[in-house]
Amino acid sequence: MKQINVTSPLSDSVITSLQAGDRILLSGVIYTGRDAAHKRMTELISAGKPLPFDICGQTIYYAGPCPAPPGRVIGSIGPTTSSRMDAYSPDLIQKGLRVMIGKGPRSQEVIEAIRRHKGIYFAAVGGAGALLSLCVETAECVAFGDLGPEAIYKLTVRNMPLVVAIDGFGNHEIH
Amino acid sequence: MLFWNPYKKVKGFCRMRIVEAIDITQAVAELCIKANTCVGEDIYNALDRSRQDEALPNAKWALDTILENAVIAKRENLPICQDTGMAVVFVGIGSDIHVNGDINQAINQGVRQGYRDGYFRNSVVQDPIDRINTNDNTPAVIHYDFVPGDRLSITVAPKGFGSENMSGVSMLKPSDGAEGIKEFVVKTIESAGASPCPPIIAGVGIGGTMEKAAILAKQALLRDVGSVNADPYWAEFESELLAHINALSIGPAGFGGKTTALALHILTYPTHIAGLPVAVNIGCHANRHQTVEL
Repeated sequence: MKQINVTSPLSDSVITSLQAGDRILLSGVIYTGRDAAHKRMTELISAGKPLPFDICGQTIYYAGPCPAPPGRVIGSIGPTTSSRMDAYSPDLIQKGLRVMIGKGPRSQEVIEAIRRHKGIYFAAVGGAGALLSLCVETAECVAFGDLGPEAIYKLTVRNMPLVVAIDGFGNHEIH
Repeated sequence: MLFWNPYKKVKGFCRMRIVEAIDITQAVAELCIKANTCVGEDIYNALDRSRQDEALPNAKWALDTILENAVIAKRENLPICQDTGMAVVFVGIGSDIHVNGDINQAINQGVRQGYRDGYFRNSVVQDPIDRINTNDNTPAVIHYDFVPGDRLSITVAPKGFGSENMSGVSMLKPSDGAEGIKEFVVKTIESAGASPCPPIIAGVGIGGTMEKAAILAKQALLRDVGSVNADPYWAEFESELLAHINALSIGPAGFGGKTTALALHILTYPTHIAGLPVAVNIGCHANRHQTVEL
């Protein structure tokens, strides 16, 4: 099966060209965010305050990395369970988030939000944290540094291996 | 070494083997690092066999990725997974052992050192509601057992919560019987889907009390993948349940296919006339654990 090269942030035309089950290699800029960061971001939205980075058109990777060993950019960084972010994702998608990366299935509400706003959800292979860390070229903490591994990191990645789990039409290929 | 034993009815000396707390700390630190960076040979081989069996392209690719990840982790000395887990420690204390020092402190100090030196993620919060990180991955969850002899065995099983969160206990009725057990196990694994990082190892504890079943389920994860239950009834039960689970077609990383579980292990214990406790503890495809004997 061919692997499609995709650059983040993703354009509308790229999102609509991808289909559930496609295997991609993602390069470009993505942001990490998991439970605690999502909670804070939705609290900021509720309070009418700006988010710590412009989320419009962006990609969030549900991941909390290990600390970087000497000489490395980052430690192991595989995906965490996406369903824990289901409660927060529709609000963020509404605010312009387009792409999510994680592991496991999503709720019907998230699938519907993805379909309505032409978003996309990629699955990374859960438990492949060492391999995925080698795809990270730069890492910089951009928000919520006090949360440690749960802070938001801006990553530049190269050829991150992923599968389209829910495409922009709401079709899904994940259990 | 000879020790005065004040509890002996007959005055005299008894022989105890001394284990220094600092040696326990050192052993636990090394086990934390090894368990988090080296996939067990039994598991690697089982993954490799599944890979050869898998026909669906994305499922096969997921297994390739998992196997490659194991090779990279070992070669680069990186954690297999960023969720380096909460440290679960099983200790078997020989009756002829005397630990010189505080064993709880020694184990927790080992966890602290191992997670620091390994550059592992600290994933433990002090209070379940306040959720402030303890910043050293302690405390560990420690289970002690007393066994005959003069050896001290320590197993460190770092448990990630992608799989732990999908585990469950059910207090079945005796009338639910074998069918009720199978139904609960399959339902638990089916509703877990791809979240616990399949292909999983399923640990099943049956009998005892609620907490006994849960501990048995965790201990069942420590058995070698590919080993057969010594009791023929339970061996048959395991292989039948494993076939049911693999028929769910969740598959590696949730991409469908034949391999949802690499193995299912059952441990049982006598129980009450009124009860049938069953626990399912799901282990991810790395199912990390390492043992040493001092």
